[in-house]
Amino acid sequence: MTDKLVTLEGVTKTYAGIKALNGVDLSIAAGEAVCLAGENGSGKSTLIKILAGVEQPDAGRIFFDGVAQGPLTPRASADAGIKVIFQDFSLFPNLSVAENITFSAELGLGAKLVHPARMRELAAGTLARIGVEIPLDAAVETLSVAHKQLVAIARALATDARLIIMDEPTAALTEREVRALLTIIRRLKADGVAVLFVSHKLAEVLEVCEYVVVLRNGAKVAEGPASEFDATSLTRHMTGRDVDETPPAPLPPGAPALLTVEGLGKSGAFEEVSFTLHAGEILGVAGLLGSGRTSLAKALFGLVVPQTGRIALQGREVPLGNPIAAATAGIGYVPEDRLTEGLFLTQSIARNIAIGRLDAHSRGGGVLDLPGLWGEARDWLKRLSIKAPDANVPVRSLSGGNQQRVVLARWMARGSRMLVLNGPSVGVDVGSKAEIHGIIAGLAAQGLGVIVISDDLPELLATCHRILVMKAGRMVDDIPGGGISETELAHRLAS
Amino acid sequence: MKLDWTRNETLVATVIVAFCVLAAVSDPGFLSIATLTDLLRNGIVLGIFAVGVLVVLVSGGIDVSFTAVAAFTMYVTAMVLNTAMPWMPWWAALLFGMGIGACLGAFNGIFIAGFGLPTLIVTLGTLSIFRGFMLTFIGQKQITTLPPGMRQFGRMMIVRGTNADGSFYSLHAGFLATVAVVIATWFILKRTMLGRSIYAIGGSEESARRIGINVQRTQFFVYVYVGMLAGLAGVIHASMARVANPFDLVGLELSVIAAVVLGGARLAGGYGTLTGTILGVTLIVLVRNSLIVLGIPSTFQSITIGCLILLGTGLPAWQSKRAAARAT
Repeated sequence: MTDKLVTLEGVTKTYAGIKALNGVDLSIAAGEAVCLAGENGSGKSTLIKILAGVEQPDAGRIFFDGVAQGPLTPRASADAGIKVIFQDFSLFPNLSVAENITFSAELGLGAKLVHPARMRELAAGTLARIGVEIPLDAAVETLSVAHKQLVAIARALATDARLIIMDEPTAALTEREVRALLTIIRRLKADGVAVLFVSHKLAEVLEVCEYVVVLRNGAKVAEGPASEFDATSLTRHMTGRDVDETPPAPLPPGAPALLTVEGLGKSGAFEEVSFTLHAGEILGVAGLLGSGRTSLAKALFGLVVPQTGRIALQGREVPLGNPIAAATAGIGYVPEDRLTEGLFLTQSIARNIAIGRLDAHSRGGGVLDLPGLWGEARDWLKRLSIKAPDANVPVRSLSGGNQQRVVLARWMARGSRMLVLNGPSVGVDVGSKAEIHGIIAGLAAQGLGVIVISDDLPELLATCHRILVMKAGRMVDDIPGGGISETELAHRLAS
Repeated sequence: MKLDWTRNETLVATVIVAFCVLAAVSDPGFLSIATLTDLLRNGIVLGIFAVGVLVVLVSGGIDVSFTAVAAFTMYVTAMVLNTAMPWMPWWAALLFGMGIGACLGAFNGIFIAGFGLPTLIVTLGTLSIFRGFMLTFIGQKQITTLPPGMRQFGRMMIVRGTNADGSFYSLHAGFLATVAVVIATWFILKRTMLGRSIYAIGGSEESARRIGINVQRTQFFVYVYVGMLAGLAGVIHASMARVANPFDLVGLELSVIAAVVLGGARLAGGYGTLTGTILGVTLIVLVRNSLIVLGIPSTFQSITIGCLILLGTGLPAWQSKRAAARAT
């Protein structure tokens, strides 16, 4: 045991009567990369918080270098060299990049006064080490999501780290940035730093980690060298069942055109974008960050105002830059960050579903027909198999996959004829992901048109009839879904 | 340097200049030393309050009890010094007031940092408690004979003189206290890890906890510090007014918070500068003092201040929204 950097023995944590972790053992040696796999709610985040000293376990022991530790605090954990990159980054939006990167380091040095020169030097050095350039004085709130993530990574690397815990570190990064991060991880391992890697992207996991630990419902269900796992077996351990990705049913020939986009353009974002979406078709839009894919998605729903071009749904022109008109015409939009842009987290499922069509529930005089509203919400719970005790629970208490279903239910309740899904499975675990893909296929089978915007290439290949490739604001390729491999698609995106 | 119109500071400074030009045109006597000293004199107590409020707002909290702390402190200080310690010199009287204020602030701190209660609720409660306690158990009568130390401080002037037209002007030494408070607070906020922790907690309390900032201790400091400044302001107020009136000061809290918000501090926490706060206080004092010069009835003051708040905080917010819209 003494050669292990960190060892957990029988760690148990209970929240409100529910065992989030149940007697978990785990050990990590210096220079080792361990993958912690598991679905949302499997206890991964709790385990990370315990190692970070943010939460205290109810039972079990923690050893650093074979020495049993008392109750951990965030400071003690950081001083022992355990650095966590949290899923939500845990940055300070109001402080500068330099301060965000060095704050923890300065606290660790016991500094009482601010040392601007020392902090800038450390921040600049750390950013150079991971090979990114971000202005040191920029406020973090002005950065893109990818840059925020890189700042969070830089903060973990700023001081001597012995164990780096990465909770979904690649969620907001593009392929290229993920490559850079994996290179960094390999370099860290060579320097003897241990890495605990948490990710939903199974390919990444198997690429960098030597050892895999799988959690399910708070308990360890499998572990072993990474070479003994593949994507299928890993998925089976995580979900406890086999999850199959079925390609979408082929599009019937002669499906009528649903959405026609002609010469859509917005300076600085995208230009000359034209395409047709057919009824029942799932159309993928692939592109790197900055290719204009997100702006295009927002433009289709009127959240971004294009300067040129026209959009027509079933032959009827949809006014540009007007989300209400777009929704009325039958276009639904599910944003990438559904937590902040797509849902009212503290409100009930029923309210979240009904908010898109309160008018339809009006009984005259602006009074709501509550029994009708609740009945409909319960109906949607069943139809989309949303796992919740009833329609009254707040959306916040649901898992990522179920939250996504609530957003979909809202648009379907409105009778939308097409949906724009921006990153439909970002931050969702494998089991739910396959289910979301199944839902998308089901929607298409009912004759809805679906546009899926994603940088998850396997997802696009698994779900789409056709994939459009965007590069520098232009549509450069139109590929049939089954006709291309992942590497080939990645190559076309980047070249 | 290019003017940044998305900053409150720029806007407030412009309004101040415009206001002065307008006042000077309608009354040539406006641009005088007497106006300036009046302005500075009226900014002494308001300025100290505002600096305290800035620190709380930056930490992501709010404190509405500071006027009650100030009133309580000045009354108790005057009473205790009169009866028990008349020998105390002026500086000891100020320190005594800061001590009482800090204790009352610690009371807020226990509830907010210790028990994690919402700051508005706690300070609304203590506002009532401090004021009610003083009026019920300590006294309601004005203390017109201040202790010697406070009387001594009340007479201290930095400059004193006579204008060409024969009117007197003077600047009270309390102004130096305000300057000292601004400098000390600047040092704490910008140059100490404690100050940066206050900004960090205002930016994201959970993140602060995760990187090992002692959130409780920092919050406790914030409320003790605000209480201490309020106590100081209270003693200075009584000394300058030459009377300790227990009904004074309370009711001022929203104007002070308005001045700080006008200067760019956000109620949600994490943002705010001393420059902005000083400008905000200047503008509020200017409006209070000078509308009469412009021939505008004094009841018009609150309308003007309200409009300035809407304009001063609304315009930068609207502009940064437009800038964000252009960026996407």
